[in-house]
Amino acid sequence: MSADVLTPNVEVAAEAPRGSGFGRTAWAWGWPKLLAIGLVLAFWQVVYMSGWRPAYVLPSPATTLSKLWDMLGTERFWSAMQTTLTRAIIGFLLALLIGTIIGVLVARVRPLRLAVGSLITGLQTMPSIAWFPFAILLFGLTEQAILFVVILGAAPSIANGVINGIDHIPPSYLRLGKVLGAGTIALYRDIALPAAMPGYLAGLTQGWAFAWRSLMAGELLVIIAEKPSLGANLEFARQFSKAPELLATMLVILILGMIVDGLFSSFSRRLRRRRGLAVD
Amino acid sequence: MSEAAVSSDPVAVVASPSGAAPILRIRGVGKVFGSGPSATVALNDVDLDVAPGEFLSVVGASGCGKSTLLNLIAGLDRPTSGTLEVGAKVAFMFQDATLLPWLTARQNIELALKLSGVAKRDRRARAEELLATVRLDGRGDSRPHELSGGMRQRVALARCLAQDAGIVLMDEPLGALDAMTRDLLHDEIESVVRAQGLTVIFVTHNMREAIRLGDRVVLMGSHPGRILYEEDIPLPHPRQMDSTEVATRAASLTARLKAQGHTHVG
Repeated sequence: MSADVLTPNVEVAAEAPRGSGFGRTAWAWGWPKLLAIGLVLAFWQVVYMSGWRPAYVLPSPATTLSKLWDMLGTERFWSAMQTTLTRAIIGFLLALLIGTIIGVLVARVRPLRLAVGSLITGLQTMPSIAWFPFAILLFGLTEQAILFVVILGAAPSIANGVINGIDHIPPSYLRLGKVLGAGTIALYRDIALPAAMPGYLAGLTQGWAFAWRSLMAGELLVIIAEKPSLGANLEFARQFSKAPELLATMLVILILGMIVDGLFSSFSRRLRRRRGLAVD
Repeated sequence: MSEAAVSSDPVAVVASPSGAAPILRIRGVGKVFGSGPSATVALNDVDLDVAPGEFLSVVGASGCGKSTLLNLIAGLDRPTSGTLEVGAKVAFMFQDATLLPWLTARQNIELALKLSGVAKRDRRARAEELLATVRLDGRGDSRPHELSGGMRQRVALARCLAQDAGIVLMDEPLGALDAMTRDLLHDEIESVVRAQGLTVIFVTHNMREAIRLGDRVVLMGSHPGRILYEEDIPLPHPRQMDSTEVATRAASLTARLKAQGHTHVG
């Protein structure tokens, strides 16, 4: 009885779905996001209704969402999606390979670190779109031009993640490894690599963000004939003034980026929780 | 039951350095860090013999080279001068347990088994056995951060046993624990070590702890790090930290250290 008196919040929270712990967690996790989306749509609707721009330039949320629904039923959309995701995956995997190798070398070879350590950070600050004119000169309007820039965008972050991860391995773990009788290979495989994982994962997350941005810039600039992609769709929608299609495609790009980023951060959260590190 | 019987046996053999051939022989060992005018002498002309099965306590103020000595014995560092003959595999127990946080308690032990060459199919059962030895049955799936400080050190002890080493170096393993947990671990370390016939070098700055556990206590001094004095402790095991015999000896040994100008021992 007295507990009810002391906790009036229980009554307020009664609107939330009661029942399973999962439902509660999902609701607690989901309602701020739903609210934010609702606010954005409301703001968009208000701007639309204010008549600031004509409807063929700035369509209403309802028009855009129904266009998105129609798009999801077309083969052209899915083929564009496939092209874009394939490029993203191949570009990211190549950047992963190259960034990891460079990161390990720079972290382990002192002269190399002095030589190119700051260059890697410098490359990270270089907007990847600035590479495209050069990439197009080198490779023409081809897949290679896009991959080239995606890799240049993502690999420095990944390399930096590796370097950070290796630099922050507690020396006591390496000492332990030697005491346990680990040879060079075992020391890397069983101690150094897992110990460097949190830094590496942070680098991968950032690398993905850069890869995705570079890819979108690339698809806008490097349009390959007969090869629909999300970026190319944006460009065509602009040229033919198809505002609803343009906005719908942007939504798809936003959601895809968020999904992958969410995967990375949930992976990183799980890893930190398992190790008893602070989870934000 | 049998472990308790071993540890409470008052006639348990107190090894003496003059008995069997030493498992560890240290002669004239010195260690200098750096060179030129900035060089620091961490250890100067250390002679020490440790008999198989002996429990040797090493006490000294910080900076007396205790940790350097352990590192030399473990082969983590090389002496600048002198020789070390280490007659058995060496395991190491650190002050902070140093369990790998991405592995469970059992996996930490399994890693030691793996690096000691135990076949994969035998590791799990052996790790469970070792967990039971340190009375952590059922906690094998816990992550290090889910265990208390005392439990973490017990896993570290089990990991030392997993290495199947003859000599175990313990670098203030109980320094960060509360008094009750520490007393409990004294009993466990003692019974496990004696049951397995291990040789132990136990570094501490707690004089009573040194006497509670040691067959022999070695006092070290600093600047430069060196051995000042050693004394056999022929009291029957197990001993109590707060017993009169232990307290009396602790007082006299502490007085001896102080007389040499080394006062930072608790």
